[in-house]
Amino acid sequence: MEILMSILAGVLFMAGTYMVLSRSFIRIIIGTSIISHGAHVLLLTMAGLKTGAPPLLGLEAGTYSDPLPQALILTAIVISFGVTSFFMVLGYRAYKETGTDDTDRLRGTDSYD
Amino acid sequence: MKSNDVILQTATKFVLFIILAFSVYMFFNGHHEPGGGFIGGLMTASALVLLLLAYDIEMVRNILPVDFKLVTAAGLLTAVGTGLGSFLFGVPFLSQTFDYFTFPVLGELELATALLFDVGVYLVVIGVTLTIIQTIGEDQ
Amino acid sequence: MTNFVILPILIPLLTGIILLFFPKKVTFQKVLSFIASVLLVIVSVMLVFQVHNNGIQTLELGGWQPPFGIVLVADMLAILLVSTTSIVSLAVLLYSFYSIDAEREKYYYYPFFQFLITGVVGAFLTGDIFNLFVFFEVMLIASYILIVHGGTKVQLRESFKYVLVNVISSALFVAGVAYLYAVAGTLNMAHLSERIGSLETQAPILTVIAVLFLIVFGLKGALFPLYFWLPASYAAPPSAIAAIFGALLTKVGIYSIFRTYSVVFVHDTGYTHQILAVLAALTMIFGVVGAVAHQDVKKILVYNVIVAVGFVLFGVSTLTEEGFMGAIFYLMHDMVIKGALFLLIGAMVVVAGTSHLKDMGGLIKHHAQLGWMFFTAVMALVGIPPLSGFIGKLLLVQGGVSAGQYWIVAAMMVSSLLVLYSMIRIFLNGFYGKIQLEHANQYGSTKGLLLPSAILIAVSAGIGLGAEMLYPFVATAAETLLHPEIYIDAVLKE
Repeated sequence: MEILMSILAGVLFMAGTYMVLSRSFIRIIIGTSIISHGAHVLLLTMAGLKTGAPPLLGLEAGTYSDPLPQALILTAIVISFGVTSFFMVLGYRAYKETGTDDTDRLRGTDSYD
Repeated sequence: MKSNDVILQTATKFVLFIILAFSVYMFFNGHHEPGGGFIGGLMTASALVLLLLAYDIEMVRNILPVDFKLVTAAGLLTAVGTGLGSFLFGVPFLSQTFDYFTFPVLGELELATALLFDVGVYLVVIGVTLTIIQTIGEDQ
Repeated sequence: MTNFVILPILIPLLTGIILLFFPKKVTFQKVLSFIASVLLVIVSVMLVFQVHNNGIQTLELGGWQPPFGIVLVADMLAILLVSTTSIVSLAVLLYSFYSIDAEREKYYYYPFFQFLITGVVGAFLTGDIFNLFVFFEVMLIASYILIVHGGTKVQLRESFKYVLVNVISSALFVAGVAYLYAVAGTLNMAHLSERIGSLETQAPILTVIAVLFLIVFGLKGALFPLYFWLPASYAAPPSAIAAIFGALLTKVGIYSIFRTYSVVFVHDTGYTHQILAVLAALTMIFGVVGAVAHQDVKKILVYNVIVAVGFVLFGVSTLTEEGFMGAIFYLMHDMVIKGALFLLIGAMVVVAGTSHLKDMGGLIKHHAQLGWMFFTAVMALVGIPPLSGFIGKLLLVQGGVSAGQYWIVAAMMVSSLLVLYSMIRIFLNGFYGKIQLEHANQYGSTKGLLLPSAILIAVSAGIGLGAEMLYPFVATAAETLLHPEIYIDAVLKE
C-alpha cells in the first residue's frame, strides 16, 4: 500500500509539473494545486499507513494511529486552499489587466512604468 | 440569455436548511468526534454558495447584509482573544480547559474553552470563503 | 512571565486584526500601527536582556510538553533578529506614512504590513519545523498581497511569477517535512538535533533531506541558482514594500538555513556544508555581476541583496565560532542597512522621477542631505570601519581563513569591491554628473522620507560603534548554535 501511495505521490508531482510548465494561467494554477496534493499524499504515506484505533482517551486498543501527520496535513490543506484561491483571483485580475493569460507575453522588460 | 433554473431554485429552498443544520451539528460535534470549526464553517459557506448559484449575489446580500471581511476579522479576533485569556490566568498561551455543567433541558454537558476558539475558526472560514466567491462573482 | 515570549508575535497580529475592522480610517490606522511598532521594539529589546540574564526562554503553547506540542524558543540568535526586525519595520512604517498613496492605505495596507511582521517574527521564534512552515506561509501570504497591492500592470505581472515560485517551494517544504518525519519521527528542532546523532545508519537519506531543505530555503532566501525570481519581483512594488521585502523576507530563508544547518543537519558536514560554501561563493559572484551590469537603481540594489545572502551563508558553512558570529553580525547589519538603502533609493526615485541611472544626475545640487546619507549608507554596506558592516566582514574573513576556505574568502573580497563600485556608480551618476533637475521639487519632495533612513543609518552606526557592547550577545548566540546541547537542554528540560 505504501508503495502504491508513493507512486501516486510521484504521479501527482509529475502531472503537476507538466501543468506548471504550460503557458496558460489556469493550467499553471491547477498544476500548483496538484503539486500541493502530491506533497500532502506524501506526508500521509511517510508517516506510515498502519491500521489502528483513533488516538482518543478512554479507547481500549492495542495500536493507535499517529495523529500528528493528520494534523499536519489538515494545516497544509487549509493553507493550500487559501493560497490557491488567492492565486485564482490573482490570475484572473492579471488576465483582466494585461489582457492575456499567456505567460510568454508576460516576460519582464527593463522599463518599470 | 436567461437560463431556467427552477429545479435548482426549488431544491435549494429545501436543501439549504438541511445543509445549515448539518453544519451546526458538525461544528458542535468537533470536540470528540470528527467535525469542528473548519469543516462546519466550510459547510455553512457551501450552503451560502449554493444560494448564490441558484439565485444571485443580490439575494445573498439581502438575506445576509453583512460585510464578510468583517466576519473574517471578528473570527480572527475571537480566536486570538481566547488565547489572550491565558494571560489573565497565568498559564501558557492557548491553554484550554473543560468542565461539566448541568442544564435544565439538555442535561449534563461538557463545555470546553476550545469551543470558543472553534467559533473563531468557524467565522474565519465563512468570511474568507464568501469574500473570495464574492470577489470573483461581482466582477462580471 | 511565561507568556512573554509570544508577545512579539501577538502585538503585530492583534494590531493587524483590529485594523481590519477600520479600513477607511487612515489616521487611526497610522496611529495604531505606530504604537504597535514602538511597543514591538520595546518588548523585543526587553526580551534580549531577559535572554541574556536568564538564558534561553521557551513557551510551551497550550501547556503541551515538547516534543509533543509546539514550543516557541527565544534563544539569542532569534531574539536579536526579532529586535532588528522590529526596528527596521518601525522605520519602514514611518516611511510608508509619507510614500504610500491614499488609495493603497484604504485597501488594507497597514493590516497586511502587520501580518507580514507577525510571520517574520514567528518564523524566528518557533522551535518546530512544521510551525516554521506555517509562519512562512503567514509571511508569504501577506507578502503576496503587498507585492500586488495597488494592482498596477507590472505588479500583477511580476507577482504571478513570485506567487508561483513560492507555492512550489512551499509544496517542496511539505515534502521535506514528510521525509524528515519518516526518518526521525519528530519535528521539534531540539528533539531532532538530539536524535540525529543516533541515526547514523540513515545518514545518506538525511543528507538528501538536508539538500531538499537547502533547496526550499534557498528558493525563499535567494541562494544561487535559485534567485532568478528575485530581481524583477522586488523591483515592482512601491519602495516602502520593496524595503521591507529586501530587508526581511530573504533573511527569514537565510535564518532557516542557519538554524537547520547548525542545529539539525550536522551529521555529514563534509558534504552538506561544502555544498553550502560553494553555493554561497557563487551567490556572491553572480549577485555582484548583476549589480554591476544593471543601469536601473532599484535593480542594482536588489542584486546587492543577493550578494549579502552569499556572505551570511558562507559564514554558516564555516562551522567556526568566528564564522557564526560574523554571519550573525552581518545578518543584523544587512537587515538595517538594506532597509536604509531601499528607502533612500525610493526617495531618489521620487525626486528624480525615474529609476534609470542615465536619466538622473546632479541630484546633489538640490538634495545634498539625501546624497550624503546615501554615501554614508554605502560606506556602511561595504564595511568602512566605524560603521556596521566592518565587524561582520572581519569575523567572516577570520572564520573563512580558519576553516581553510581561502578561495571563497578571496571571492568575498573581490565581490565586496565590486559592491562598492556598483553603489558608488549610483552616487557618481545620480548625485553628480550632468544636472537633470531644474528645481528642487520638480517631481516630488523628500518631505518625511529622510527621517526613517536617518534612524536606520544611526542604528547601523550604533551597531558599528557599539560592537564592543554587542559582542557578548552575539557570542552567546553563536555559542548556542555551535553547541546544540544548550538549545536541547533549554527546550526539552532534561
